[in-house]
Amino acid sequence: MPGTKEIRVKIKSVQNTRKITKAMEMVAASKMRKAQERMRHARPYGEKIRNVAAHISHANPEYRHPFLVHRDSVKRVGLIVITTDKGLCGALNTNLLRMVLSQYKVWQAEGEELDVCCIGNKGFSFMQRVGANIVSHAIQIGDRPQMDKLIGTIKVMLDGYTNDRFDRLLIGYTRFLNTMKQEPVLEQLLPLAGERLGAPETVWDYLYEPEAKAVLDQVMTRYIEAIIFQAVAENMASEQSSRMVAMKAASDNARDLIDELTLIYNKNRQAGITKELSEIVGGAAAV
Amino acid sequence: MANATIHVDVVSAEAAIFSDEAEFVVLPGEAGELGIYPRHAPLITRIKPGAVRILKAGGEEELIFVAGGILEVQPKVITVLADTAIRGHDLDEAKANEAIKKAEEARRNAKDKQEIAVVEGELAMLAAQLAAIRKLRKK
Repeated sequence: MPGTKEIRVKIKSVQNTRKITKAMEMVAASKMRKAQERMRHARPYGEKIRNVAAHISHANPEYRHPFLVHRDSVKRVGLIVITTDKGLCGALNTNLLRMVLSQYKVWQAEGEELDVCCIGNKGFSFMQRVGANIVSHAIQIGDRPQMDKLIGTIKVMLDGYTNDRFDRLLIGYTRFLNTMKQEPVLEQLLPLAGERLGAPETVWDYLYEPEAKAVLDQVMTRYIEAIIFQAVAENMASEQSSRMVAMKAASDNARDLIDELTLIYNKNRQAGITKELSEIVGGAAAV
Repeated sequence: MANATIHVDVVSAEAAIFSDEAEFVVLPGEAGELGIYPRHAPLITRIKPGAVRILKAGGEEELIFVAGGILEVQPKVITVLADTAIRGHDLDEAKANEAIKKAEEARRNAKDKQEIAVVEGELAMLAAQLAAIRKLRKK
């Protein structure tokens, strides 16, 4: 019977694919739990440092930190793109990068130039292909976000802002809503909007050691770093959830395909038997 | 009467490390060792890498190593915002420079890759033309 063997081989290969997607699904599920936990762990620091930053900037109206000063003319934009290192996680990176690309085109049309910082391999190679000016990048950051690996990369961008290389800093990442839903967001990081920082409930005078300016500088830098760190942690949680969902869909599709192919295979086999039988019967009748 | 206590939070960007009531906290401030009792005046200071010693409400002691950070004392709560990595102006600078160097290297590599891609594209086109010619000849 022509086709029977081919179908059998095909079924085998789909079965093997399914084994892999199933395994990846389970790995992603367990990593997702950890990634979500890490994301939650990173929150208190962000909250606390935001509070401190709000306090100090309210208590010292005479010193405006450069991160808080709104600039009128925007000639150059800084952009931090956070993506995953690996693929096979659904449309996560595609959605984010599509959004970034359309914004990039808008900027180009307006004559604004772009400096990009890429965290994650996918965004890095995409931005390279687009021909964007990549000033720093961090790739292969692993499953656990580590401040150590991000400091240099971030500092390049923060220095770029304080040294007036660009007048606006944005961050693009995938926000984790829940296991089934993640959305790409593009937010302004600098200059810091007053609403984001919030106002403290009560204001008291601090003692500063050393002087207020030095402390405020450090707090502001740490605050921005904390936001970026949080975004990286959130992106990782999104990655694992999205991968789990994508791999589940792939496993389901593989199962459907196997069912379909098995049906065709059996029909084919039966047709073969019937044909052979009728040939024997026909032969016997002729004798 | 029990001693007065104050809530102490030690958090880092990667995890919440400590959160409990304490009677007394000692940490390495930038200007020297600091000991803080409840009802301390509001204070903000940078801290150096070192150990934070917390005397918990009950007499137990807890030692936490921090790689620097910021200490904030509010009337009702003490917050230690710990850095997870050893930080310093020069260190940060070195890391930033390293990042810039890496980016430049990547840009050079990208150029090479682009050139390779162009050559590969041309090769593929030539191969396709060759195949088409052979097909035509056969006919």
